[in-house]
Amino acid sequence: MSEEFKIEIINPEKSFFVKEDVIEAVIPAFEGEMGILKDHISFISFLKPGLIKIYSKSGEDKFYLEDGIVEFKKNNLSILTSSISNLKDLDKSKLQDLLKIAEEQSNKNDINDQSKYLADQKIEVLKSLN
Amino acid sequence: MASLDDLKKRITSVKSTQKITKAMKMVAAAKLKRAQESAEKGRPYSEKMNNIILNLSNGISDKENAPKLLNGTGKDQTHLCVVMTSDRGLCGGFNSNIIKKAKSYFSKLSKDSKELKIITVGSKGNDQLKRIYGSKIIEKISFKNSKYVNYFDAEKVGKSIIEKFNNKEFDVCTIFYNQFKNVITQIPQAQQIIPLNDENNNKGDELNESYEFEPDEDEILNNLLPKNISTQIFKAMLENSASEQGARMSAMDNATRNAGEMVDKLTIEFNRSRQAAITKELIEIISGAESL
Repeated sequence: MSEEFKIEIINPEKSFFVKEDVIEAVIPAFEGEMGILKDHISFISFLKPGLIKIYSKSGEDKFYLEDGIVEFKKNNLSILTSSISNLKDLDKSKLQDLLKIAEEQSNKNDINDQSKYLADQKIEVLKSLN
Repeated sequence: MASLDDLKKRITSVKSTQKITKAMKMVAAAKLKRAQESAEKGRPYSEKMNNIILNLSNGISDKENAPKLLNGTGKDQTHLCVVMTSDRGLCGGFNSNIIKKAKSYFSKLSKDSKELKIITVGSKGNDQLKRIYGSKIIEKISFKNSKYVNYFDAEKVGKSIIEKFNNKEFDVCTIFYNQFKNVITQIPQAQQIIPLNDENNNKGDELNESYEFEPDEDEILNNLLPKNISTQIFKAMLENSASEQGARMSAMDNATRNAGEMVDKLTIEFNRSRQAAITKELIEIISGAESL
């Protein structure tokens, strides 16, 4: 039996990324990073800012995202997100821009703890990428 | 009868109008293709979102304390209506159809003595509604500056709706938009987004699937429902933009055809009066010669 499952990343504009031969996916779930292999139990969770790493037969893909929902069902992993970019397309200047926005968010006084936490998370991830 | 000169002028003016409508039709056709494509591409997202929410709301353990966005506030006194129209005119009955649908809904509400609040998206809807319902319009949103429909704009509308909901400004929210069926037909739609309509919840897929939730259902739902609002609005915006271009294309096609007919008619009239003038002159000459 093959050890592969299907992954689909969808953003509001289009189906962003589809791959059928994924062996392992690591996603930044809300309560910590999560590695998913074939025949994982069905689950729904949401994502915090971080990196998605996809290991497949045809290579490795990495994406940066800021929020999203993830559903795994019958060896189909669907990720819904409105903010995703391929790490290959993110150069230094774009990363700096994102970092700046995140820092501005974090320094606002009128945000609640959760948004503050998310903004800090963003900063951390972005800094590690730089 | 109009003089020859006048007729000539009219023919040229109709012809140049025809040129404009023809160009507009071409532009609309090109834009329609793009709008249709993005509407199709955007569908998986909203469908998936709907599906997940469906599964979640069925799996929720404590129905009593479910999020208000799902179950409503328990009242339906104040209605918020989001009327989505275009920013540009010359698109046939596109805007009027939405307005007509919205107005009939409004009058039903006022008959039931409910309170009404309106948000208009797109300036044309605002223009048509402000005369009668001007006092009810609480917010006007227009995306004249964005070239294409984008999620960012939809999110802005969604956030403003949710903020109002959290401030208890309304109980029920309905959006009005045109659903794109084909180039000739657009169907005005009224869709209730808060609370999520029960009718939509009945067609869930296999529900015996048990999920693991992380964190728990309530928290995910609380996080997901606001996003769903933005998604629904984005979907409506995509449908609307495809419908707008379709409506404009067929309206401009009609206008071009009508202008062609008009040019034909005017040309016949022009030729006839020219003939008449010649005949008249001839008669004058002949009768003048005869009398000599």
